Amino acid sequence: MTNSNQPLVELRDISISFGGIKAVDRVTVDLYPGEVVGLLGHNGAGKSTLIKCLSGAYQADSGQILIDGKPVSIENPRDARAQNIETIYQTLALADNLDAASNLFLGRELVSKFGFVNDSLMEAETRKIMHRLNPNFKKFNVPVSALSGGQRQSVAIARAVYFNARILIMDEPTAALGPQETQMVSELIEELKKQGLGIFLIEHDIHNVMKLCDRASVMKNGQLVGTVKVDEVTDEDLLSMIILGKKPEKAT
Amino acid sequence: MSDTSPQGQNGSPLTRFLRATEIDTRLLGMIGALMLIWFGFHFYGAIFGNGGYFLTPRNLWNLSVQTSSIGIMATGMVLVIVTRNIDLSVGAVLGLTAMIMGILQVNILPQYLGLGHPMIWVITVVVGMIAGTIIGTFQGWLIAYRGIPAFIVTLGGLLVWRGCAFLSAGGRTISPVDPSFALLGGGPYGAVGETGSWIAGILACVGVVWMLHSGRKLRQEHDFKLRPMWAEVFLAVVGCGTIIGAVLLVNAYPWPRGIVNAYATANNITVPPEGLFISHGFAIPVLILVAVGIFMTILMTRTRFGRYVFAIGGNPEAAALAGINTKWMTLKIFALMGMLAGLAGVVASARLNSATNALGVFDELYVIAAAVIGGTSLAGGVGTIYGAILGALVMQSLQTGMVLIGFDTSVQQIVVGSVLVLAVYLDNLYRKTVK
Ligand SMILES: Nc1ncnc2c1ncn2[C@@H]1O[C@H](COP(=O)(O)OP(=O)(O)OP(=O)(O)O)[C@@H](O)[C@H]1O
Ligand SMILES: [Mg+2]
Repeated sequence: MTNSNQPLVELRDISISFGGIKAVDRVTVDLYPGEVVGLLGHNGAGKSTLIKCLSGAYQADSGQILIDGKPVSIENPRDARAQNIETIYQTLALADNLDAASNLFLGRELVSKFGFVNDSLMEAETRKIMHRLNPNFKKFNVPVSALSGGQRQSVAIARAVYFNARILIMDEPTAALGPQETQMVSELIEELKKQGLGIFLIEHDIHNVMKLCDRASVMKNGQLVGTVKVDEVTDEDLLSMIILGKKPEKAT
Repeated sequence: MSDTSPQGQNGSPLTRFLRATEIDTRLLGMIGALMLIWFGFHFYGAIFGNGGYFLTPRNLWNLSVQTSSIGIMATGMVLVIVTRNIDLSVGAVLGLTAMIMGILQVNILPQYLGLGHPMIWVITVVVGMIAGTIIGTFQGWLIAYRGIPAFIVTLGGLLVWRGCAFLSAGGRTISPVDPSFALLGGGPYGAVGETGSWIAGILACVGVVWMLHSGRKLRQEHDFKLRPMWAEVFLAVVGCGTIIGAVLLVNAYPWPRGIVNAYATANNITVPPEGLFISHGFAIPVLILVAVGIFMTILMTRTRFGRYVFAIGGNPEAAALAGINTKWMTLKIFALMGMLAGLAGVVASARLNSATNALGVFDELYVIAAAVIGGTSLAGGVGTIYGAILGALVMQSLQTGMVLIGFDTSVQQIVVGSVLVLAVYLDNLYRKTVK
């Protein structure tokens, strides 16, 4: 699916450690426009930590981030947002005491000409996007703590999709979703891909990876095992990469 | 959109009423508690004591003045507690800023400007509030950028600033303050009078109606569910009724005879034999509190700053991931708290007409209690400005009532302490049943 020779994002030799433990150890991955790259690995492999370096939540100890071939410095989440990088965190990162609209626009509130937050406009926009993503969603005027896990996840997804990202990071976006909602997210990913977004998708379900991703990068103990084209491998190949940490012979 | 939601038809009349008017049940509960305290003390005094003094214009007027300085600080404490911090230093900051202002307006400014210069009070107030802001900023910096827990920083601050206040005046009391400055603390001259109160009241009524109207217009614009018209009218009537009631109340409290006579002699007015009825009207510190309350409410509910305060309280990590500079926010919140403590220092020292070493002692406890009684959750993320002001009123009502009845200080402490614990317990129950 690569429709350009220039990668949208390159993470080069990224390392980051916490108190001497190397959570991510010299990992290099890249992402092309209109492509979905799956990040796989066992629990604690370092997937979330790696993408947090791109989303500005963490700063890598060493390594480089390139966007459109140019090195960029992403020191905080605002820098990432300025590069049109949107993230759905594994923890969802919602303020439980605020309603869906306030969460969706958190840090980017719509304001009136006097600089006051325009709650009704934000709610109206939230209703629109939620109608598209999850028509069953009706709880607009309650804090998100009163929502179900799946409803909360829909809010987090809506937040990432609303702001016209070029680069989307999805850390287990369907973990709490029912089959119908998961199907909708799959369709959403296909649609965003057609629009030319690049998507990093962290996903444990091998079937979903095979279905949605163009390439898959597998991590183990903070290190990159390898990156494969999903067309060229089987479920078993991916599983053995995750479990044994070895790249299959036949893959190119 | 239709005027009533599908659920609007069911439920008991009371729940239907509450749903239609969108009245916060917690607000109702607090007003109920307040009324219980007021009527309780009044009738206790009437039956067992020397007469019911609580529900008199004079007592309620004094109550409003006494609530001001705690109320002003409680609005800031809401922000501090909502972001999961605490400020134990506000009483000491009040004391220190009051002392700085006392020295400035009594010992320093008159030398350069001349005694009674009209700029003295302006400069004093500005310096006092800046001093409070600087102290708050420093504490906020230690908390946000040096990672020292707020509890420790402000506990240290409580001792440090109290000590600084004592040292700066060598332990003396600074008195009397500048006469114009003293007006900011209330008293017969420090009130806006009958006409002034009517003007303030009518402006407030216009504000209430305008808010309801523009709120309705906004909902129409976005096709949201509207309140039924009768509910809007009901809210307007209750809001304006309360305001007009307050105006009538403060206007029903006349100047004492001595002040009237002094005023009459000074202005060449002959006092008729039955005496002159000159109303106090709203006290200036009360108007300051109202202004602070409105400002802080707008800040918390209508600005990004307020939205970030709640977001940080709800989930600090999520707030940071949304690009909010949480450290900078913390610093600003403590700076604001310091500024409000400085303003409370103005009101408190003006009311006493002096800066003493006892000024603001234990205030931190009353301020925190006011915020918490007003529904601010120590777990963070939840709190309202009006709740904190009502909480301050509840605390002050208890105190005043017990003084009127003649309870001694030890009993007062026992009651206030128990009420605080009980209030938080009831609040927990409320939250559980509402959810
Ligand atoms: N803030 C942190 N402080 C200390 N250690 C951390 C921190 N964040 C992650 N780690 C450690 O880094 C390693 C990688 O964690 P990470 O969350 O990236 O795993 P993951 O691949 O996303 O796992 P999962 O599939 O369970 O989400 C783990 O050993 C974890 O304990
Ligand atoms: Mg993870």
